[in-house]
Amino acid sequence: MKSFFNKQHQKLIADPMGDQNPITIQVLGICSALAITTQLENALVMTLAVIFVMTSASSIISILRNHIPNRIRIIVQLLVVASLVALVDQILKAFLPDASEQLSVFIGLIITNCIIMGRLEAFAMGNKLWESFLDALGNAFGYGWILVAVAFVRELFGSGKLLGYEIPGFSYLYEMGYMNNNLMILPPMALIVVGLIIWIQRSRNHELIEEN
Amino acid sequence: MNKESNLYTFTFAIVMVLIVGTILAVTSETLQPRKKQNQADKKMIDILSAIGITSSRSNAKNQYEKYIVEETIINNKGEQIEGSAFQIDVLFQYRDKTLSPDDFMYPFYTANKNNKTYYIIPMAGTGLWGPIWGFVALEDDYLTVYGAAFDHRAETPGLGAEINTGIFEDPFKGKKIKNTLNQFVSIEVKKGGAELGNMHQVDGITGGTITSDGVSDMLYNTLQIYDSYFSKLNVYQDTINELTSNNSI
Repeated sequence: MKSFFNKQHQKLIADPMGDQNPITIQVLGICSALAITTQLENALVMTLAVIFVMTSASSIISILRNHIPNRIRIIVQLLVVASLVALVDQILKAFLPDASEQLSVFIGLIITNCIIMGRLEAFAMGNKLWESFLDALGNAFGYGWILVAVAFVRELFGSGKLLGYEIPGFSYLYEMGYMNNNLMILPPMALIVVGLIIWIQRSRNHELIEEN
Repeated sequence: MNKESNLYTFTFAIVMVLIVGTILAVTSETLQPRKKQNQADKKMIDILSAIGITSSRSNAKNQYEKYIVEETIINNKGEQIEGSAFQIDVLFQYRDKTLSPDDFMYPFYTANKNNKTYYIIPMAGTGLWGPIWGFVALEDDYLTVYGAAFDHRAETPGLGAEINTGIFEDPFKGKKIKNTLNQFVSIEVKKGGAELGNMHQVDGITGGTITSDGVSDMLYNTLQIYDSYFSKLNVYQDTINELTSNNSI
């Protein structure tokens, strides 16, 4: 009998966090990574929302995989994702209205996040529940940590805050003439920060560099 | 059963949609009271921001009850009508194409801050990409702007979207909606910058002309209705002032 959490399972979680990262390697889900990373809080809420939607959607699709008619499988996947997103949207509106307002359209756009549909079609349609759940979790975390890392850099250097709180030491820096970099708040900087992460990742692991 | 048959496909789709639809409908209905409450809190925060009171979701209701002393509704002829002013969604009403202008209800909120009376007027209009709305507070002379707060759904960031920032809103303070001959002129958001010393103009947003014009139109269309109501009151204002000063509490 296979163990409950064997090597293969670990790989399902670990790969998307590193060498198979959806954002930095597969370059999926870039749109939301650029748009909502001006503040750490938004990035965290978005990450939680994506983790919830991805794991639930993958589990549901995996359970149904042998019953879904092949011709309408994409529509069924979309239906599952869309209703989960609608659920998240409702819950945020009711319990976290400020975050819901800030994330506004991007919650709805989770539906179009390529990572989710990609994993459903490529993995959950052909694998058992537990594996699909882990694969979704791994990919959602892989997406999430990039989001949080980018948001951390952008909020720290763009607004001089983290999670909306002032950084204690910054007042001295301001007196010495330090200024917040407004460019950090603008979308191009998200792309540059993601680019830096990709650079670091590839310089550490040369196998990731495409040869041509 | 053949998984690829039309019957199976249709049945699967129908069952799936029914289940999902039920779940979503139930969730939406259960969370409705909370969402309503959140919207109401947000509206209170917005109303109070027009008279320079910053509040948060946790204290919005208390602050609102503390500062807002009266809610009034008028119709488009400037006559007071009955109803619950807070419940009226001017944006919803503005976008409702089935409603004739005669059915529009115009609410306003009377605030008392530091023993001075202000009239907060909600308004809705059209920007470039979507609706814009705002609240303008008038002083008790019914013509001087005490504060203004605007917001938008989808204006261009850095251009039209700037209408919800202090840079755009602050110059409204002290502007007058009527000229020295007591005629209604509204306040114009002027492309290329307001004329120096002009009491009826504020600076437009460079690159945000359509949004700026939207604000101008919104101000004109809304304020003229309220002005027709306030003008009628103004005739008796001196008498009222006298009475209230005699019975000052």
